[in-house]
Amino acid sequence: MTDPSMALAVEQVCIALGGRRVLRDVSFRLEAGEFCGLIGSNGSGKTTLLRAILGFVRLEAGRIRLAGHSAGTGLIGYVPQKIALDPGLPLRARDVVALGLDGARLGPALPSRARRARVDEMLQAVGALEFAEQRVGLLSGGQQQRVLVAHALVRRPRLLLLDEPLANLDVRSTAEIVALLRRLSRDYGAAVLLSAHDVNPLLSAMDRVIYLANGSAVAGRADDVVRTEVLSSLYGYHVDVVRVHGRVVVVAAEASEQIHAAVARNPEHTAPVP
Amino acid sequence: MSVLLSVPGFLANEPVRVALAVGGGAALVCAVVGCATVMRRQSFAGHALADVSSAGGSAAYLLGVNPLFGFLGMAAAAAGVMEWADIREARERDLLTGVVLGAGLGLAALLLYFDATVRSVSGAAVTVLFGSMFTIPASIVPLALAVAAVALAASAIVHRPLLVSSLSADLARAQGIRVRAVALTHALALALAVSLSAMTVGAILSTALLIGPAAAALRLAKRPASAVVFAALIGLGATWGGIVLAYESFYWTPGHGWPVSFFIVALIFCAYLIAGWRAGRAGVRRAPHPSGCEGT
Repeated sequence: MTDPSMALAVEQVCIALGGRRVLRDVSFRLEAGEFCGLIGSNGSGKTTLLRAILGFVRLEAGRIRLAGHSAGTGLIGYVPQKIALDPGLPLRARDVVALGLDGARLGPALPSRARRARVDEMLQAVGALEFAEQRVGLLSGGQQQRVLVAHALVRRPRLLLLDEPLANLDVRSTAEIVALLRRLSRDYGAAVLLSAHDVNPLLSAMDRVIYLANGSAVAGRADDVVRTEVLSSLYGYHVDVVRVHGRVVVVAAEASEQIHAAVARNPEHTAPVP
Repeated sequence: MSVLLSVPGFLANEPVRVALAVGGGAALVCAVVGCATVMRRQSFAGHALADVSSAGGSAAYLLGVNPLFGFLGMAAAAAGVMEWADIREARERDLLTGVVLGAGLGLAALLLYFDATVRSVSGAAVTVLFGSMFTIPASIVPLALAVAAVALAASAIVHRPLLVSSLSADLARAQGIRVRAVALTHALALALAVSLSAMTVGAILSTALLIGPAAAALRLAKRPASAVVFAALIGLGATWGGIVLAYESFYWTPGHGWPVSFFIVALIFCAYLIAGWRAGRAGVRRAPHPSGCEGT
């Protein structure tokens, strides 16, 4: 029951949104310091699962256990999807990290040396010190992502959740952010759960992968999960997992045949709109 | 005698002293609340509250009560309704705001008509809509300053959670911030600011005092604290400068001075233009990305 290395346990979780069952019987565990990818296509329930872990979404069944604290107490680091940081905001990268430290406190922030030191240390850890004094809205996507990671980690949470942090990043920034998160999860002993629609940038870094499809999940080591039999049974139809030059391609042969057949049967449904 | 020649004479004038106190308080509160409002992209909501508050101001003349109570009551009620509706989608929020604004002004039109016909209050419409700082009764000063103090305190208390919520509501929730309570507190501070501003420059122009100095300051400042300081300086400077110029204008067109509100709004507009020009030169807004970290 009380396992000191456990960071997160999701047990037989079912979630329905607006009467529609989004997730059914999802179970997995994360150990402290583990780096885990949450993979699924758009609409597969990745964001819903992360929001449930944060306590924003009511569970229909099952439970979610966190190391030493419960959801909603602010002890989970969180980087939401697509934050639009307005270039007009008078906030430096440093201010955003400071808000991660004590943004929930009431009253004005008094400058303190200890506070500044913690912010500096975090900025250094994510490689953001050199643009710490810049307006955060003027930074590039990869730089903003580093600042948001620092914001989420500055209180040293045991668990860090990131929702599609690699979306809209170029190849180089993607690799840099993955390497950074991998390193931080070890250095800070925080379990990292990161959602993505493409498994490839994470393949070499992940300790564990959770694949979401059809409302169900399979979890395990990447080599055990990203396989033809496992993913075929998850998707409910045959897919081929093909490895090319260390990358993985998931091909749904039968699905594409079914789509072609459907088009042949009902051509008017797919007729191009003039 | 011109204020430039006799400062003591200027300050000995009671309407001037009342205008300086109430106007100064309003400018200060608007600067602080305005920065948060602009950052939360609620400028339109701020304008709508002001327009709705004009119905309260008009009702106050009809009932013969302190107009500040009227402005305050309607602005707070409208702020409450708009926060209670809790609409997240920007387009729908704009629609609701627009509808509430229209309804408020329509009610004001009716009440101002009654002011003129039933109560025979002359000039109520101009006073409510465009302000009349030199006619503010001295009895209002303690109440106005108390309202200002409450608004400043509320803003100071929630300012950090409010900043996090303006970045992202989910980010704030994950930190354990009660987003709706924070938003409601800000909405009430906004209602207080708007009602003070409506007392000073009129309901229609109160957005100028709320949004103008804040918008100019946000162009110049790099951090939240300096934005508030810049906005306060611009707001106070424009308000007090406007009072001085309006006082002076009695000598330009003998017998009748120009409206204070005109001067205040004109000074704020100039400050906004200068801030834009300075920001452009300093490159605050158009700073290039530092090289050597990530490609674009």
